[in-house]
Amino acid sequence: MRERIGAIYRSDSRRVLATLIRLLGDFDLAEEALHDAFAAALDAWPADGVPENPRAWLVSTGRFKAIDRLRRGARFDAARAGLAEQLDAEVTPAFEIEDEGLEDDRLRLIFTCCHPALSADARIALTLREVCGLETEQIAHAFLTSAPTLAQRIVRAKGKIREARIPYQVPSLADLPGRLDAVLHVVYLVFNEGYSASGGDSLTRPDLSAEAIRLGRLLTELLPEPEAIGLLALMLLHDARRASRTSPDGEIILLDAQDRALWNREQIDEGLMLIERALSMRRFGPYALQAAIAAVHAEARDSAGTDWRQIAGLYDVLLRADPSPVVELNRAAAIAMRDGPEAGLALIDAILARGELADYLFAHAARGDMCRRLGRTAEAIAAYERARALTNQAPERRFFERRLAELRSGNPSSQT
Amino acid sequence: MKYLCLIYDDESAMKNMTREQGQAIMADYMAFTEGIKKSGHYKSGEALKPTHTASTVRVRQGKISTTDGPFAETKEQLGGFYLIEAKDLNDAIQVASRIPGAKTGSIEVRPVEVF
Repeated sequence: MRERIGAIYRSDSRRVLATLIRLLGDFDLAEEALHDAFAAALDAWPADGVPENPRAWLVSTGRFKAIDRLRRGARFDAARAGLAEQLDAEVTPAFEIEDEGLEDDRLRLIFTCCHPALSADARIALTLREVCGLETEQIAHAFLTSAPTLAQRIVRAKGKIREARIPYQVPSLADLPGRLDAVLHVVYLVFNEGYSASGGDSLTRPDLSAEAIRLGRLLTELLPEPEAIGLLALMLLHDARRASRTSPDGEIILLDAQDRALWNREQIDEGLMLIERALSMRRFGPYALQAAIAAVHAEARDSAGTDWRQIAGLYDVLLRADPSPVVELNRAAAIAMRDGPEAGLALIDAILARGELADYLFAHAARGDMCRRLGRTAEAIAAYERARALTNQAPERRFFERRLAELRSGNPSSQT
Repeated sequence: MKYLCLIYDDESAMKNMTREQGQAIMADYMAFTEGIKKSGHYKSGEALKPTHTASTVRVRQGKISTTDGPFAETKEQLGGFYLIEAKDLNDAIQVASRIPGAKTGSIEVRPVEVF
């Protein structure tokens, strides 16, 4: 029975929490109520058996426990007494705890945690804590901050939700596009940190990628907007290559040298299906376009067999939809594959000359690669040295050091 | 719940406006104020004289010290405010986004403390 309850906790605790927050109007009270409800389940279910609808049981038990808690605290705090009576008097119609309502509550929770009035850091922390159910320590570890700092960030965000009265609701249709962007951006940032860690000993953090994909699945299920579908496709296609991106001893392997037999075909197929669905909906944007680019890579047998013309064309469209120097840089790399390194280098130098990417390590790494392929060794060394100085991640540093050693020994690797 | 919407804008830009531009902005504010009176959001609101008229007062060790100018020199200055009644922060943000100054300056939205 303990195992059964543990399984229900893993699958349903976030949904129960989302509904309790709506019913109780307070994150902290809802979290206490959630724990009380599961404690009560551990007491009651071994004797009585698992109720027919465990989620509804947990929600109503949690709600009663919260009212109890408020009453017990009422001796010290008149406001809590008032709240207890108010909650008790509110009749909770059965439909509010039925499944349809629960799905809405999960969306409410996501949109509240990703509210633009919260700081960007707080949105990520709160989403991973409340929507994904990660422990504070896990989140702190993943983002290389201390647990107290992270806990403080979450406390402050909850304080703002309460005191500035950020409503617990799914935005209106008029506000939805902008608000959904904010949500997708949080998911994207979590995925990116998992895909290419900003520091530490390993290139990737699969746990964060997995959480981001889980969030992406939840969003496409609850709100099948083309960009949500596009983002999920993008994450699946990138993550499908994970096993091939590092050697057994943790060294970076670039796309052109990756063993494509290691790519996760199932994930690629799902990504391809999703991207078709997103593109057919027409109102697609930057995430779907990036996924389309990843799809071209996923479908190629090897680097030489990649349709670089199509990739460069997709970058043109992406640059119009979402102009940014980073997109320009990626487009330059694609054009280098299509037209040769000289064309790529000219574009990269133009971007660097504007100064926006002066401290962006991948700009210097890309410049180093172009110069290396053109035999401009001294310039390649200077660019890789700059890139090495900008990274905080051990595998990246070792990769740049390998490249530098090869260039200095006059024996560039056979990789193109 | 009450929210105070503080309107920050570059007052030097205001000063360099033509008469017509100034009148157009006044008209925008009148229309906005009428709108939030009708929708029930309006509690009060005022425009402030420019920061060169501001004085900042402190009491330290029982002594009053008064200095010329606003509390902080910033690129955008506090030029006026609305006190509004809104359902929640989303509602308040909606109202704040329609304040004419939001197009050129910034609106700080602050929930009012209830004791």
